[in-house]
Amino acid sequence: MSLQIFSLMRHELLLIAVLLLILVAEIFWDPARKKNIRIFAVILFGIITLLGFLPVPEGSLFGEMYIVTPVRLMMKNILNIGVLIVLLQSITWLGKEKNSDKISEYFILLLSTLTGMSYMISSGHFLMLYLGLELATIPLAALAAFDRYSNNSAEAGIKLILSSALSSGILLYGLSMIYGTVGNLYFTEVAGLFTGSNLALLGFIFFFTGMAFKISIVPFHLWTADVYEGAPVNVTSYLSVISKGAALFIFIIVLFSVFPAISVVWQKMIYVLSILTMTIGNLFAIRQQNLKRFLAFSSISQAGYILLGVIGGNELGMASVVYYLLVYIFSNLGAFGVAIAISNASGKENIDDYNGLYKTNPGLSLIMMLALFSLAGIPPVAGFFGKFFLFTAAAEQGFFILVLIAILNTIISLYYYLLVIKAMFINKSENPIPPLKSDFPTRLALTLCVGGIVIVGFASIIFEYIRNMSFGV
Amino acid sequence: MNNGIPLQYFLILASIMFFVGIYGFLTRRNLIGILMSVELILNSVNINFLAFNRYLYPDRLEGLFFSLFIIAVAAAEAAVAIAIIINIYRRFSTVNVEHVNEMRF
Repeated sequence: MSLQIFSLMRHELLLIAVLLLILVAEIFWDPARKKNIRIFAVILFGIITLLGFLPVPEGSLFGEMYIVTPVRLMMKNILNIGVLIVLLQSITWLGKEKNSDKISEYFILLLSTLTGMSYMISSGHFLMLYLGLELATIPLAALAAFDRYSNNSAEAGIKLILSSALSSGILLYGLSMIYGTVGNLYFTEVAGLFTGSNLALLGFIFFFTGMAFKISIVPFHLWTADVYEGAPVNVTSYLSVISKGAALFIFIIVLFSVFPAISVVWQKMIYVLSILTMTIGNLFAIRQQNLKRFLAFSSISQAGYILLGVIGGNELGMASVVYYLLVYIFSNLGAFGVAIAISNASGKENIDDYNGLYKTNPGLSLIMMLALFSLAGIPPVAGFFGKFFLFTAAAEQGFFILVLIAILNTIISLYYYLLVIKAMFINKSENPIPPLKSDFPTRLALTLCVGGIVIVGFASIIFEYIRNMSFGV
Repeated sequence: MNNGIPLQYFLILASIMFFVGIYGFLTRRNLIGILMSVELILNSVNINFLAFNRYLYPDRLEGLFFSLFIIAVAAAEAAVAIAIIINIYRRFSTVNVEHVNEMRF
């Protein structure tokens, strides 16, 4: 039995072990060589990522509070890959003088949020979901406020913690109503006993709202742009990709496995919210000058496209959402990787600063172009196939008007992604960013992103693999 | 055994607390005040859980344990939030949200 626990909870237990190792290293490591903790932590995390792919039996622990199924394991592995890229990208930034006293704090906070996300994805009870969600958001606020001497960073931290506290309050209020009608909060029993009475529906709507805050769906998105702009750029990339991805994973698991009985209700809600999210995210992205804020609004509209897969409510929808998030991790982290490399070297974060980047840094410009093409969904790269499957999932259920609106929004989004590409390749600049010499970890991270964008798009076996696993969340 | 107080009274109290909390969250201008409003929301949830547990499902303690966890997590949340508020006070010399908005659309 105990051995089984170890193999089933392997992701979380390994993460906690690494956390403790970093803590011990922080205490006993020679202060003059503290910077080596970065390499140590990244190598350990790389080993965890590989171990995550070992085959594991299905099963559940603690009386179905903790569930392991192939698709949930795959979600955790996808997040692990993303976090590995984020960690590689942050090595240069952590090496700076101002961060030298808090290197291990960064890793400890970041890995504890990842532990929370893993528990959240494996949850089979709403208490587990809530605890995982809080473990995933509270340290994140500390991360957003990581730059102790920057006003914007402190502002981002307080905005994140207050809005996430409010959203979990709303979510809990909904859960208390569901508890009142059902009598307990196991996923399986709620699914069986959920009656659709008025109280239960009200509870569901509160729960939905709380989750929508975390995914930053449009009427609840107002914290996103400020937090993304204020936080250090590495934390922003983590927030916009990993944190949002984990929340979407558990959102789709709960909708499909706990509330299939009222799918008519949530399909209507998602229909409206998806249109709003895509359109408003796009319209605000057009007028942004700061690249981080631009990517924040672009990620809001991406969440709108992902809702198209959720609305299908079937196996294809599930597979397309997981696949799209895999693609999204690589392409968004690619774009952020370039932004991080440039911000580290020159401190510039505006789109205008990228004028003439191709003349001085052709490699970085090409990677940025590939990543933005993938986000926009231009055919040869992975983003196109991701969007294609999402739209198929929605069209299969007969939501043709929604698909049409989504396609129109894709065209709008192409405009602002091309604005950045135009700045890099066509616009002239008096003093462009000087040629950068990026170090090995940054190069490795960017190579992983580019490889991901290209390979995930061309290898159809990956989508088939995800699809075969996607039944039985 | 329930002393004759009907369940509805607890639910009404909880919903009043919840919406007072939401109202406070949106109108307070002091960061500590906003934090207190959030605590009010979380406590209304606790009342809901305990009342449902006591009146409808007294044979299992699920609601009770849920509210215990909520109290613990709320404490952790308040600790982090206050740490950030202290940092804000050092940076801006105020905890009024009107003055903590350097980023705009």
